[in-house]
Amino acid sequence: MTDVTHFRDEKTGLLLASDGTPLKTKLRQSLKTSRRRAFLLVAPLLLFIMASFVIPILGLLWQGVSNATYEESMPRSAPIMRAWDGSSAPTEEMAAAIVADMIDARKAKTIGKVATRVNREESGTRSLFTKTARRAAKMEAPFLPALEKVNKKWTELETWQAIKIAATSMTPAFYAAAVDMKYTAEGEFVPQSEERQIYVSLFVKTIVVAGGVMLCCLLLGYPVAYLMAHLPAKTSNLLMILVLLPFWTSLLVRTTAWIAMLQAQGVLNDLFVFIGITNDDARFSLIYNMTGTVIAMTHILLPFMILPLYSVMRAIPPSHVRAAKSLGATNWTAFWRVYFPATVPGIGAGGLLVFILAIGYYITPALVGGQDGQLISNFIAYHMQRSLNWSLAAALGGILLAIVLFLYWLYDRIVGIDNMKLG
Amino acid sequence: MKLSTVVYAASALALSAGFAHADGHSNADVKKALMDAQAAITKALDAMGAGATQAYDFPSLDGKQVTVVSWGGAYTKSQVEAYHKPFIAGSGAKIISEDYNGGLAEIKAQVEAGNVTWDIVDVELSDAVRACDEGLAEEIDMSILPPAPDGTPAMDDFIAGTLDVPCAVPTIVWSTIFAYDKSKMPNGPKTIGDFFDTAAFPGKRGLRKNPKANLEMALIADGVDAGQVYEVLGTDEGVDRAFAKLDSIKDDVVWWEAGAQPPQLLADGEVAMTTAYNGRIFNAVAAEDKPFEIVWDGQVWDLDLWIIPKGAKNKEAAMDFLAYSTSTEALAKQASWISYGPTRNSSAPLVGSYDGKPDLKMGPQMPTAPQNFTNALQNDFEFWADNADELNERFNAWLAS
Repeated sequence: MTDVTHFRDEKTGLLLASDGTPLKTKLRQSLKTSRRRAFLLVAPLLLFIMASFVIPILGLLWQGVSNATYEESMPRSAPIMRAWDGSSAPTEEMAAAIVADMIDARKAKTIGKVATRVNREESGTRSLFTKTARRAAKMEAPFLPALEKVNKKWTELETWQAIKIAATSMTPAFYAAAVDMKYTAEGEFVPQSEERQIYVSLFVKTIVVAGGVMLCCLLLGYPVAYLMAHLPAKTSNLLMILVLLPFWTSLLVRTTAWIAMLQAQGVLNDLFVFIGITNDDARFSLIYNMTGTVIAMTHILLPFMILPLYSVMRAIPPSHVRAAKSLGATNWTAFWRVYFPATVPGIGAGGLLVFILAIGYYITPALVGGQDGQLISNFIAYHMQRSLNWSLAAALGGILLAIVLFLYWLYDRIVGIDNMKLG
Repeated sequence: MKLSTVVYAASALALSAGFAHADGHSNADVKKALMDAQAAITKALDAMGAGATQAYDFPSLDGKQVTVVSWGGAYTKSQVEAYHKPFIAGSGAKIISEDYNGGLAEIKAQVEAGNVTWDIVDVELSDAVRACDEGLAEEIDMSILPPAPDGTPAMDDFIAGTLDVPCAVPTIVWSTIFAYDKSKMPNGPKTIGDFFDTAAFPGKRGLRKNPKANLEMALIADGVDAGQVYEVLGTDEGVDRAFAKLDSIKDDVVWWEAGAQPPQLLADGEVAMTTAYNGRIFNAVAAEDKPFEIVWDGQVWDLDLWIIPKGAKNKEAAMDFLAYSTSTEALAKQASWISYGPTRNSSAPLVGSYDGKPDLKMGPQMPTAPQNFTNALQNDFEFWADNADELNERFNAWLAS
């Protein structure tokens, strides 16, 4: 005890380390070293996640609100068009800037990109741009009548309004399009014409399907997990292999196998015809529609429900149910009041896992979805690969991300994320 | 001149056989005469073959390689046989053949990432125009295209108007037609109207999951004159009318996406009739002896072209490949593998019969053959460049509703 005073600074009374520095400083130093070591150990993973996950997602969110195609290729007319109020008659200044830009853009071979961008706002302006640009070099002032002479579409206000929207690089137009709205040149949001509305109902459909698949997985997976957790090791191992074997099989192979099973001339329909449930002319359409999508997705996602359930059920001591029964509970009460509540963390984990995987599912609906079994991710892929409207794809992806985060938050509020057990 | 040698030899064969018969010569004599004539024909054919390869002056490309990208299946096979093999043999270059499913997405991604691994790509006309406008394709110096055998310059030899895109050279004329299984429907459909008549011709219909060609066919079936289709489709009422016609068979439609699917759907009995690319149906008939029948009424034809993506790593070799594969001889040869029409006028008379089946003449199988071409419509790339976004959106909304 007397030694303690030996390590104390006589003036300040601070504790000292063996080399004479104050203990607090020393402690801070060693904490700093261990923290740095921990950081360095995690750094590769952190860098990897930053590079492959966080930055791309930020880039995606950015692309959804920003499209500088017009501004980059048509630098003179962009600020003039942005300054225009969108309703008064187009001016000579606007026309002159556009013609000058068109000559440059045609030389730089970017006129096609500009035309595509404007065409997204008003169909028909694509050829208007490429054609006008071809003749722009020969035009003479005044440019407004010269443009109007090339094509009467230049007399229409809609054309100029479309240019104004495209000229604004930071724009809510793509997010508006992703929820079936149209962002007008006057800065208002109006509903998209009825026969072109599609995305809102698709988002709803995607959530309903993901929820339905989650419920199917729970109903089918719960008894299997229960059996696996309570049968003797030999039998439950066999069951485990049966669950894991498809889990290890390629997704494409499993989806294609369902096509062979479910198609009109497939195994299941042949069986139905054979045992007389239906006849040859009225075979069931089980694939290339919503039914096929739900069946195949449920099968593919089933292990993600069974495995967390199984690990939670394994950890429930059998004595609990026995105790309940010895206190007079019926089989059902013992299950419902004692056993089931203990499995809720597993249901939560499995449910969340299946739901989040299902909401972004892509390959299976693409292969077996037919016309009405397509989900929102198929349309994101469509805009990435076919229409090349990457900004709209980004906006749709951003909304999907927001929905998942919102549901995650909701889950945390209702069930509590700490209650989740993955194994 | 070489052709006349063959004709001469053939007539010699016939004559000698005839004389031998008439004069009552011994069998050995007849046999000898026949063998002589045959040798003459073989020699003439050899000379022709050698002449053909000599006629094309291949550049030496030892150690170089070209990545050629096309649509796969029977179509790629026809290109491998007619373009790749002679080009490899003649120039010593290596060719890597890749498949894709159309569209500009991959090219755009490669060009924007600055890592272009494709050297030459087979695209549809609307994509060729778009790639050129958006600076995704290299401009092509049309003077590298070889002249026709009779000396006609390439600019005059290609079908008029098909060399207008400065970044693309056309290879084939292909067509979207509809086909059915003769063995299951002996009194099959005759017109495009029958395709939409599920009362007279019950059964599922296969359609490409894309408004392109479907809307046009719907309007022709609804009584619009082929020449007026795009005029009608340019109006809101016209679009409504086309969708209404499609709506009348919507519940019976099986949608396909890849070109190889329709023959499979027909063979499996999944559909009673389906739209398809004419070459795929021809291939199923010619190579697999399927009992399919093409209905040419209301066909929508289009061009396929080569483009070279901007910044392609092996641009020079790709240009050499492009020049060879669009030569008169190569285009004619391709047409003996699949029923897509060559885009050079000088190739047409050289098109013979299907490879390995001398009595299957290719001429009448072409979309442009007169008897097939009576009610035909050319796909209007400009219309689709302008309206694809809007009509795709509406088509998708219609599908999902």
